Amino acid sequence: MRNNSSRRAAAPAPKRITIRTAAAGVAALACLTTAAACSSSGSSGKSSSSSNPLAPSSTGSVVVGSANFPEDELLAQIYADALQGKGIKVTDQFNIGAREVYYPEVVKGAITIIPDYNGALLTTSVDTTSTAVSTAQVNAALTAKLPSSVEILNSAPAQDKDSITVTQATATKDHLTSISDLAPYAKDFVIGGPSEFQTRADGIVGLKKLYGLTFKSFSPLDESGPITLSALQNGKVQAADVFTTTPQIITDHFVSLADPKNLFAAQNVTPLVYKKGVNSTIVSTLNAVDAVLTTDALLQMDKALVIDHASYTSVASGFLSQEGLK
Amino acid sequence: MSYFSIAWQWLTSDQQWHGGDGIPVRLAQHLQYTGIALGIAVIIALPAGLAMGHLRRGGFAVVTLANFGRALPTLGLLVLIFVLTSGSVASWLVPLAFLAIPPILVNTYEGVLGVDADLTDAARGMGMTEWQILRKVEIPVAMPLILLGLRISAIQVVATATIAAYIGLGGLGRYIIDGLARREYNVVAGGAAVIVLLALAIQGLFTLLRWLIVPVGLRRQTQVS
Amino acid sequence: MSWAWDNRALLAQDTGSHLYLALMPILFGIIVSIPVGVLCVRFRWTWPPILSLTSVFYAMPSLALYLVLIDYTGLTDWTVIIPLTLFSLSVLIPNVVAGLRSVPQPVRQAATAMGFGTLRQVVQVELPLAVPVIIAGLRVATVSSISLVSVGQLIGIGGLGYFFTDGEQRDFPTEIYVALVLIVILAFLADGLLVLLRRWLTPWERARDTRATRRALSATVRGSRAEGVS
Repeated sequence: MRNNSSRRAAAPAPKRITIRTAAAGVAALACLTTAAACSSSGSSGKSSSSSNPLAPSSTGSVVVGSANFPEDELLAQIYADALQGKGIKVTDQFNIGAREVYYPEVVKGAITIIPDYNGALLTTSVDTTSTAVSTAQVNAALTAKLPSSVEILNSAPAQDKDSITVTQATATKDHLTSISDLAPYAKDFVIGGPSEFQTRADGIVGLKKLYGLTFKSFSPLDESGPITLSALQNGKVQAADVFTTTPQIITDHFVSLADPKNLFAAQNVTPLVYKKGVNSTIVSTLNAVDAVLTTDALLQMDKALVIDHASYTSVASGFLSQEGLK
Repeated sequence: MSYFSIAWQWLTSDQQWHGGDGIPVRLAQHLQYTGIALGIAVIIALPAGLAMGHLRRGGFAVVTLANFGRALPTLGLLVLIFVLTSGSVASWLVPLAFLAIPPILVNTYEGVLGVDADLTDAARGMGMTEWQILRKVEIPVAMPLILLGLRISAIQVVATATIAAYIGLGGLGRYIIDGLARREYNVVAGGAAVIVLLALAIQGLFTLLRWLIVPVGLRRQTQVS
Repeated sequence: MSWAWDNRALLAQDTGSHLYLALMPILFGIIVSIPVGVLCVRFRWTWPPILSLTSVFYAMPSLALYLVLIDYTGLTDWTVIIPLTLFSLSVLIPNVVAGLRSVPQPVRQAATAMGFGTLRQVVQVELPLAVPVIIAGLRVATVSSISLVSVGQLIGIGGLGYFFTDGEQRDFPTEIYVALVLIVILAFLADGLLVLLRRWLTPWERARDTRATRRALSATVRGSRAEGVS
C-alpha cells in the first residue's frame, strides 16, 4: 500500500516546469541578494560611497578609517562630516582593529585618512626605539621616519594617552602615585589591557625596559572599555592600561599613575593620511578641525558617547556646529 | 601553502607549550568552556528530545527552537549577557549552551520519532512499559542519530567557543583574537590549526563511540556520514 | 525603543549590508555545492576526501581566516564573504549528496529505461527529487549565515554586528537587544521564504499532502489491486 503511493508520488513532475521553477528559485535568491547589495553597497559606505574603496584618488574621494574603539570612531566621524561638508565624497571603514591591522592598510593606500595618536603611532609602528617625548619631538620623528607614502597632518591640542591605572583602593593601600611605585608589587599584580599591549614597545615590553617591572601575568581585555574597567573593579586585574579620556576614570574614582620616565610619549590626536589620496582642501579641512580639538572637548564628547549613549553622528555634528566648521 | 608551514613552526616551537598562554592551558580552558556548555545542553535537550520523540508531540516546537538557536548570534548574546551581568559566568555559558541545544534536540527527537512503529507496537504487545520501550527499543535504535546530534553540537561549540576570547576569557580563541589584533599570522594560523585538530579529534571520538555503542546491524542500516 | 526609531537610518543601512554579507555566501554555496554534490555521487571515491574537507570548513572559525584574507582581499566584503561561503559549503554539500542518494533506485532505473541520458537524468529527475533534502540544508546554511555575519565586526565588516561591539564598548545593552532581535527576525523570514520555495518546487508533495488526495490514492491502489495490477 505504502509502496504504491510513494511510487506514484515519486514520478517526476512535468520536466519543463521543474527546470523553470528551479531556475526561478535561484534567480529569486540572486535578485534578493542584489537588492540588498544595491540598498547598501556592502558594509562600507555609511556615507555616499566611492566606486572602489581600494583605489585612492586625488579627485577628492576618500576612505576614512577608524580604530576599534569609540573615541577613534567618533574622530573619524567628525573628519568624515567635515569633509562631506566641503563637498568631498567619503566612504567610511570604521572599527578596523588595532593599529597593527590598519597601519599597513594606510601605507598601502587602502585607507586614505585615519585619526591616530602621534606618540603611540611612533613607538608602535614607526620607530620602536624612539625616545621622543614632547609633541614637537614626536612629530619631528614621525615626519622623518614615516614611509614615503604617508604623512601626518597638524596635531590637535587634545591628547588621549595610555596610562597605567589602578583602583583608588589599591593606590591607597600600596601608596601608589607613579608607575615606579609599582616596583615592589609588580610580581604579584596581574596587569590588563588590549591584546596588543602585550607586544608593544609602549606596553609590557616598555614597562620592563624602562621601569624594570615584571608583572605576574598579562590579561588581554579590551580597548579601555567595560571589560577592562570591570576587571579592575572586581580585582581580576590589579592594574590596567586605561586611556586618559575614559569618562569612568572620574566617575569611578580610578587613579592613573604618573609616568616620570615617559613610557608614553605625547599622544595628540593627529591625522595619518595617504599622500596621494589627499588634496589641499582635505588637508586644510582636517587641520581646521584639529586646531580646535582640545582634551576637554574630547572628554566631554566621550562622556556623551559612553555615559549618555548619544549617537556618533549627533555628537560629531554638534561639535562641528559649535566650532563653526559645518 | 605557506600557512601550513607557519602554523607547523608555531605549533612545534617549545615556547608554545609552557606558561599561562601556552597551548596546554588554552586547550584546557577551551575544553572546559565546551564541556560545561555541552553538559548543560545534554541535560536539557536529551531528555526533552527523547520525551517528545517518544510521545510524538511537539515537532513544531522542536523545529522552531532549533531554528531560533541557530539564528541567535552567539557573539551578540555573549556581549549582551556580559554587559547586563558585568561579566558573570552566564556570559559565555548561556550563549554556548543555546548553540549546543538545537542539534542535540532535533536529532534526538528525529531519531526516536523515526523508530519503526512496528517495533514499538511489538514491544507494547510484549507488555513493555513506556519507560522500558524508550530504554530498550527506542534509544538503541535512535542511537546513530543521537550520536550525530551530539557530534554536530560538540564541533559547533568547539568552533564557536573561540568568541569567548572577545570578552577577555581564555581558550583557543585567545590565539585567534590576539593574533588578529597584533596581525601575527603565525599565532592565528597555529591557533586555527589546534581548533581544527580538536574538532577532527572529536569527530574521531564519535566515530569510535558509534562503533562501540551502535549494534552492527543498525550501523550498516543508517549510513551516517 | 525610541532609540531604535531615532537610529532607524543606521539600522536600515546595516540591515542591508548584513543581508548582502549573509546571502552572497549562500548564492555561491548553491552554485558550487550542486555540481560538487553530483560529482560525489557519480564518482564515489571523491566523497570521502571532499567530506573531510567540508568537515574542516565546518570546524574552522571564520575569524581565523580573516587575517589571511586581508592580505589578498583587503578590508572589503569579500574578506567576510569567502569564509562564510566555505562554511555554507560544509552544510550544503553533504545535503546535496544525501538528497541525491535518497532518490529511490526504482526511479533511477525507470528513468534509464525511459531513455534518459546521464546528465538529463541528474538534472530532470534526481535533483528535483533531492530538493526537499537540499532545501533542508539550505535553511540551516542560510539561518547560520545570517547569524555568523556578525562575527565579521571584529574587522569592522559585520553588518548589524556593529551594534554588538559598539554596545559592548559603550556599555549600552539597548543597541545589542535591537540588533539581536533584527537578526533573528531576518533569519526567520529567510527560513520561511525557503519553506515556501520548497513547496513551490515540489508540487507533487503538495498534491500528496491533502487528505482528499490521500484518500483518492488509497482508493486507486485498492482498485488497481483488484484489477491485478500491483
